[in-house]
Amino acid sequence: MPYPSDLKYTKEHEWIKVDGANATIGITHYAQESLGDIVFVELPKVGAEITAGKTFGTVESVKAVSDLYAPATATVTDVNGELATAPEKINKDANNTWMIKVTLKNPGELTGLLSAADYEKFVSEEGGH
Amino acid sequence: MKQMTRKATRHVNQNEGLIFEKSSPGKAAWKLPPLDVPEVDTAELLGASERKDLGNMPEVSEIEIIRHFTRLSTWNYAIDLGMYPLGSCTMKYNPRVNEVVARLEGIANGHPYQPEKISQGALRIIQTLSDCLLEITGMDAITLQPAAGAHGELTGLLMVRAYHQAKGNPRKKILIPDSAHGTNPATAAMVGYSVENLKSNERGMVEVSALEAQMNEDVAALMLTNPNTLGVFEQEIHKIAEILHAKGGLLYMDGANMNALVGKVRPGDFGVDVMHLNLHKTFSTPHGGGGPGSGPVAVKEPLEPFLPKPVVVLKGDGTLGFEYNRPQSVGRVRSFYGNFGMFVRALAYILANGPDGLRQTTEDAVLNANYIRKGLEGVYDLPYATPSMHEVVFSDKVQAKKGVKTMDIAKRLIDYGFHPYTTAFPLIVPGALMIEPTESEGKEEMDLFIEAMKSIAQEVEEDPQTVLDAPHTTRVSRLDETAAARKPVLRWRPRQG
Amino acid sequence: MRYLPKSPADRKAILEAIGAGSIDDLFAPIPAQYRLNRDLKVPRQMAESEIVDWFRQRSKESGLEYTSFLGAGAYMHYRPVIIDALISRGEFLTAYTPYQAEISQGTLQAIFEFQTMICELTGMEVANASMYDGSTAAAEAAMMAVRVTGRNSVVIAKSVHPEYREVLATYAQNQGLPVATAGYAETGRLNLREVEQAITADTACVLIQSPNFFGTVEDVAAIAEVAHKNGALLVVSIAEAVSLGIVEPPREADIVAMEAQSFGVPLGFGGPYCGVIATREKFVRQMPGRLVGQTTDRNGKRGFVLTLATREQHIRREKATSNICTNQALVALMVNIFMNVYGKVGLRELAKQNLAKTAYAAEQFGKHAEVLFARAPRFNEFAVRTTEDPYVINSRLLGHKLVGGLPLKKFYPELGNAALWCCTEMTTRSAIDTAVGLLAESEAEEPSGEHVVEEVAR
Repeated sequence: MPYPSDLKYTKEHEWIKVDGANATIGITHYAQESLGDIVFVELPKVGAEITAGKTFGTVESVKAVSDLYAPATATVTDVNGELATAPEKINKDANNTWMIKVTLKNPGELTGLLSAADYEKFVSEEGGH
Repeated sequence: MKQMTRKATRHVNQNEGLIFEKSSPGKAAWKLPPLDVPEVDTAELLGASERKDLGNMPEVSEIEIIRHFTRLSTWNYAIDLGMYPLGSCTMKYNPRVNEVVARLEGIANGHPYQPEKISQGALRIIQTLSDCLLEITGMDAITLQPAAGAHGELTGLLMVRAYHQAKGNPRKKILIPDSAHGTNPATAAMVGYSVENLKSNERGMVEVSALEAQMNEDVAALMLTNPNTLGVFEQEIHKIAEILHAKGGLLYMDGANMNALVGKVRPGDFGVDVMHLNLHKTFSTPHGGGGPGSGPVAVKEPLEPFLPKPVVVLKGDGTLGFEYNRPQSVGRVRSFYGNFGMFVRALAYILANGPDGLRQTTEDAVLNANYIRKGLEGVYDLPYATPSMHEVVFSDKVQAKKGVKTMDIAKRLIDYGFHPYTTAFPLIVPGALMIEPTESEGKEEMDLFIEAMKSIAQEVEEDPQTVLDAPHTTRVSRLDETAAARKPVLRWRPRQG
Repeated sequence: MRYLPKSPADRKAILEAIGAGSIDDLFAPIPAQYRLNRDLKVPRQMAESEIVDWFRQRSKESGLEYTSFLGAGAYMHYRPVIIDALISRGEFLTAYTPYQAEISQGTLQAIFEFQTMICELTGMEVANASMYDGSTAAAEAAMMAVRVTGRNSVVIAKSVHPEYREVLATYAQNQGLPVATAGYAETGRLNLREVEQAITADTACVLIQSPNFFGTVEDVAAIAEVAHKNGALLVVSIAEAVSLGIVEPPREADIVAMEAQSFGVPLGFGGPYCGVIATREKFVRQMPGRLVGQTTDRNGKRGFVLTLATREQHIRREKATSNICTNQALVALMVNIFMNVYGKVGLRELAKQNLAKTAYAAEQFGKHAEVLFARAPRFNEFAVRTTEDPYVINSRLLGHKLVGGLPLKKFYPELGNAALWCCTEMTTRSAIDTAVGLLAESEAEEPSGEHVVEEVAR
């Protein structure tokens, strides 16, 4: 499936949409498909610090739990409250369902991430998609 | 055709509601004898602490309780009905004499704090079972205190830690094979150790060179299941023990798969320092819908000082007693002495078998697993060619090509009258079918099982939807686990208004 | 061997089918140096009648005809006969953990009803399917409070069962969790001032027992206030479940850790018993143990499943809320049936009888010795202090086939010659009168000067 080209991606299947010093983070379509029906999302509180490459929360299906890895070092400014009662939104439209909004510490860190084209390639190799 | 009258309809699928839905004020199943002491004024005695209301607790009669639970019971599969091919669960026959002896009055009604003088019978049960288990495992000392396997793992690792601490350095990590049961890493974390994964080789055994590379003085122990969760005996166990011991580490054995070893080989003889047993697996105590179990931990001499307290000792006057003066003990892992009722049952099992019965049991367990392996080879993918002991692991690789996974095959097996095997475990085999028949299955039941599995494989080829939609013959089918997890409803509530 | 369903012909046929020459071939993977070439040195195989005889002997040697006044975390209550009649059904006794919901609805629905009743009795919103026992339930509840609050220490009341405190110490030491103890006041209740002093900004919970080890009912509301204003949770342990029939449940608690043994579980020398954890809905994802949830199947039919399994070891592995796998399911079923037999009215009447028997006993003992902690309400246990060593008194009682109260000096040496006595609905007036008479005799005599101890000191 084509991934939005205005987003950047991680190998752990998170996406990040940058807007100056701010960014929005979510997980990809591939991630939600691998997980199956999502039942619960554990996200940090507003004000929390997240560190690039480290976990910032979890996403659960009935039979599995996956860690969420931060694509960048940042401070959380907003958390998608809808996911507390309707985590299935991620299954319906992962690429457009945001989890957290952040203020970036080092916008320069983002160069390590994958472009949409690179991510698509990565995913097709990994899953035989 | 004449219409069947309602009374002749099978009751088994009766829609029995919740007990609260039968409750009605004034119904009662209880009666207390009259008070032989003066009545009391509860308000006066308890004041503000007096409870006025027991809310929505039910009020029902005795026959309603009997019917309620009897009907509920008919919805359950059970060992008494047929085989459970669950891997590493060892679902063997639960002998009824175990239940009878556990209910003998002196045994059933003994208070844990009653004086030792009048508890010699109970103490002798503990002592005799302990001696038998030590002989079976080839270890030096044992505690019966842990209430289950996971609890035993906790106790064992606490002793590992205490041992290392006494030498001046508790160390930091536990090595755990990627084929291990989930309780292993969960327990290591509870004891304050970090977990390091150990890869299995292409034969499904511990990769010894990996162990060599990963073993250092930060590693407190390796937690090993032997035979492992693939049903394979770790043939290089001697080397494994050597590598660990050379750097001062300990070998912990998860005894869940002892059913392949009893009477044929003893873990204490092949280098194990500490291990737990599952009385509810190998030693026939009943699973009861999820428990109780019992997880004794046996150790070699160097770990004896760290055993939980109290320990049972023979006193100077020839009687048995509890010894609490154990300064190096890891402490208590639960109140009182352990799941004593399960000791009684396990001991009855050992006495019913004797040495020849125990050996024959193990031989039959391994025989049965290999019979099923032979019967299903070629029908289901066998990821490891290594010989199986008491359990065998297949995968759904062939069937997955038709979009059918292990869970689907398992659900279809229910329609054939069997409980499913263990699905999706061990994690190192994607789409695993883990099968342990135990010695309690005869040739007839196993042949039925093999036929059923072959039939399902054929259905996958010819009509996969039947398998994907299974089970078809149960009261309920494919319950919505997603909804249950998203919006948990964990108790009944009365209708409002 | 009579449990094995194979004839020699069957074994032969199976070996042939496998292509093995003998059973030894199948054990070839075990290196020869380890294979046992001898019989295990265990007792020889016994006939069923011999097994029953052997255990019957042990039963006789286990205090069969004694009447006991012991409580202290294990209580002698009458067990309605339908409990064993029902749980002995093979479909309950020999069933596995209900992971395959379609063929385990009996077990699952029973657990759902159990969870509901525990909530009703404890005043909590959600309850699990059981823990090993009251002591591990309390320890795991403390761990849960640590997870919920993100804080890292515990304050525990000295009036909590000493063995429960020992278990918490064992669990806590390996989590680097400091545990501070707050003592009891003259009333026998928790000393609130000591709690205030012990609480810090890092206290995850205050852990109390009510009725406490001495049988005294705590002022839960007052303790809750102290805990909550300091940002700590209140964990209440309940060791005598029958108290819930007449004593107000700890509604101010955040977590209740129960021992349900009193509800139809045999004393059996200390196990198997039935721990339970109950809590507020908002903490459910931090709870250990199995949970059963209601749902519908694909035809819209009501059914039950194990749920929120991602908390547990088989999925979360090292990040699980606990390592617990096997629980106390069958024992929880006994508790379930007991709660149904007594129900809303019976549980209260049962508790009242316990209260009455104990009040009578305390009054009678009070005429000859000092009954401690009289200024606070109690349920079915009380502490009596004598001039004579309680072990000596108990020796005298033993000669009359009575087991006296638990001498407390090994747990609370500061209480001197005190012993903990328990009366339930099963304790007869005649037994109480006899015990009181013997104690009175003993007190009237010169103190023996003996310092007898039954067990080695802890």
